[in-house]
Amino acid sequence: MKLNQAVKVLIAKPGLDGHDRGAKVVARSLRDAGMEVIYTGIRQTPKMIAETALQEDVNVVGLSILSGAHLEIFPKIIKEMEDRDININEVLLFCGGIIPDEDVERVKKMGFHGVFGPGSDTRDIIKFINDFFS
Amino acid sequence: MSDNKKQWLSTVYMKAKEKFSERKSLFATSSGSKVEPIYGPEDLHSWNYHEKLGFPGEYPFTRGIQPTMYRGRLWTMRQYAGFGDAAESNARFKYLISQGQTGISVAFDLPTQIGYDSDDEYVEGEVGKVGVAISSLADMEALTKDLPLDQVTTSMTINATGGMLLAMYAAAAKKQGVSLDKIGGTIQNDILKEYIARGTYIFPAKQSLRLLTDQMSWCFTNAPRFNTISISGYHMREAGCTAAQEVAFTIANAIQYSDAAIEAGLNFDEFASQFSFFWACHSVFFEEVAKFRAAKRIWAKIAKEKYGSQSPRAQMLRFHTQTGGATLTAQQVDNNVVRTAYQGLSAVLGGTQSLHTNSRDEALAIPTEESAQLALRTQQVLAYETGVADVIDPLAGSYYIESLTDSLEKEITSYLDKIADMGGSLAAIEQGYQQREIQESAYIMQKQIEEKSKIVVGVNDFINENDPPVKVFRVDPSIGKKRVQQMKELHKIRDLDSVTKNLNELKIAAEGTTNLMPFLISSFESYATIGEVCSVLRQVWGEYQENVTL
Repeated sequence: MKLNQAVKVLIAKPGLDGHDRGAKVVARSLRDAGMEVIYTGIRQTPKMIAETALQEDVNVVGLSILSGAHLEIFPKIIKEMEDRDININEVLLFCGGIIPDEDVERVKKMGFHGVFGPGSDTRDIIKFINDFFS
Repeated sequence: MSDNKKQWLSTVYMKAKEKFSERKSLFATSSGSKVEPIYGPEDLHSWNYHEKLGFPGEYPFTRGIQPTMYRGRLWTMRQYAGFGDAAESNARFKYLISQGQTGISVAFDLPTQIGYDSDDEYVEGEVGKVGVAISSLADMEALTKDLPLDQVTTSMTINATGGMLLAMYAAAAKKQGVSLDKIGGTIQNDILKEYIARGTYIFPAKQSLRLLTDQMSWCFTNAPRFNTISISGYHMREAGCTAAQEVAFTIANAIQYSDAAIEAGLNFDEFASQFSFFWACHSVFFEEVAKFRAAKRIWAKIAKEKYGSQSPRAQMLRFHTQTGGATLTAQQVDNNVVRTAYQGLSAVLGGTQSLHTNSRDEALAIPTEESAQLALRTQQVLAYETGVADVIDPLAGSYYIESLTDSLEKEITSYLDKIADMGGSLAAIEQGYQQREIQESAYIMQKQIEEKSKIVVGVNDFINENDPPVKVFRVDPSIGKKRVQQMKELHKIRDLDSVTKNLNELKIAAEGTTNLMPFLISSFESYATIGEVCSVLRQVWGEYQENVTL
């Protein structure tokens, strides 16, 4: 899928944990790579995230969660997005944080194309996004 | 033969360097200070032993806060634990005590930390995950079952709801028949660093500080063995700041708390005697040792010079240390055992009062029982086999350690001056200053790792293509449902009229200025829940709004 303007990315922190180091480093790296980045801040509910994605008409949604609640919360976010007629096949979804290996396949089945855990290189995330839109 | 360091550097060293270049173009600490090839007497030119170090147990406590340090008693091995429901965590504590742990340290789940009950729809999926779920006194009673609260000291990592958990703990002790002057432990209660980095805030700053000073004054009269606050640099360090920023931002917070307590009419020497501090220890070894020593000296000076302290206990920086969670890698997890051991050594050489060593698998999940045991064994090897605990402050007098301690002190002091100029820690937080500094340092470090100017073994160098899968601990996924059931039972057995009456009285007290602690205790004694209590306070006080910075 090709875009005519800069890629617009929403970086969001669902769940209740306040560990925003990864989210902020990724947000800034994507911005430095020329993307337009919106960062939500912490403790975002599925509704808030879906609503921001809709209002801002983003191309990419990146979720960061370290509390272990991803299996419960991610499906809710996708449902809230679909309820707002956001086509999740056109929006690139990726996530990071503490996602155990054994959950990666399940998360991918939900619709997340990339899972970037601890030790990820931000250049890989940039490439992942650029590849999707080229 | 060279006469001095300068001459040696410009002749002998330079010549060798031209022939065999150095490994890096710049050697530096995490805080960015240049590290020279050697240190010598010239670096301590005007250095005065008595002014800079003194003796252990004496001002400025650089060498340690007690005269005997670890020759008298080893540091407390205090492993942070908690998950699932109260009964499960109680079993883990008993296991850790049976393995030789000497104090308990409770991790609470996020709903408990931000004041929601386990059966609140908003917190679905979060219950019991990163710590134990405590919604009412019934849970606290189960958590402390068969633990003699007059003997065990308990550290609680709880901040926005610190007063609530302290009230529940006191109520549980009373039910055990233990008088409050016998209970001991520490509540983290450091809300300012929650605004800066950790994120589990509820109430606005003014009301949060009032809740804190209420606990300080209540503890001083009723539970004097409780440290009412553990002023924490740990989480800011984990969020990415440097060693110097960690100490500076933490001490700036300590100053803010002291000012708030003085404004509330409390006496510095009384409340500061119940302060404790909490530091991280990361991998840059000597910098960490120097950091602990500098922090002790700076706090002692501030206590004496700024607050006119007469009490040595109020001047000593007592501290807990935890090895660096952010230094753990998800790759080649066994390497984390090695990292943790070095980090723990730096904390001991820095004179920590208690220590948590992280488990090898904590970049992936909360630890398995085997990993938690290995982490504790790491401390036991350090304590009983290496001999490092036999001499007090053994690195003192090292040209490098003392130079580094001095230069860190200088760097920390300059941050403190800057924050004071901004109007103090809270004003700086409101302007997003600490948050931006931390983000900047985190970003720089990430780029250094990606450019390989900073090597992380197993991550950006010495990589194994096929890491074997790691068996991680999983909290029983039925915990959420189990807790909803437990809450249903609680609602059935309690007297709702008594709950309502107590919550009304709490509301009136919160609107006024009386000490809230007795009202919190009676609310919990009637089995009001943490969600109900916090909902009352949210109505009266409102909520803190994050200042999102990027």
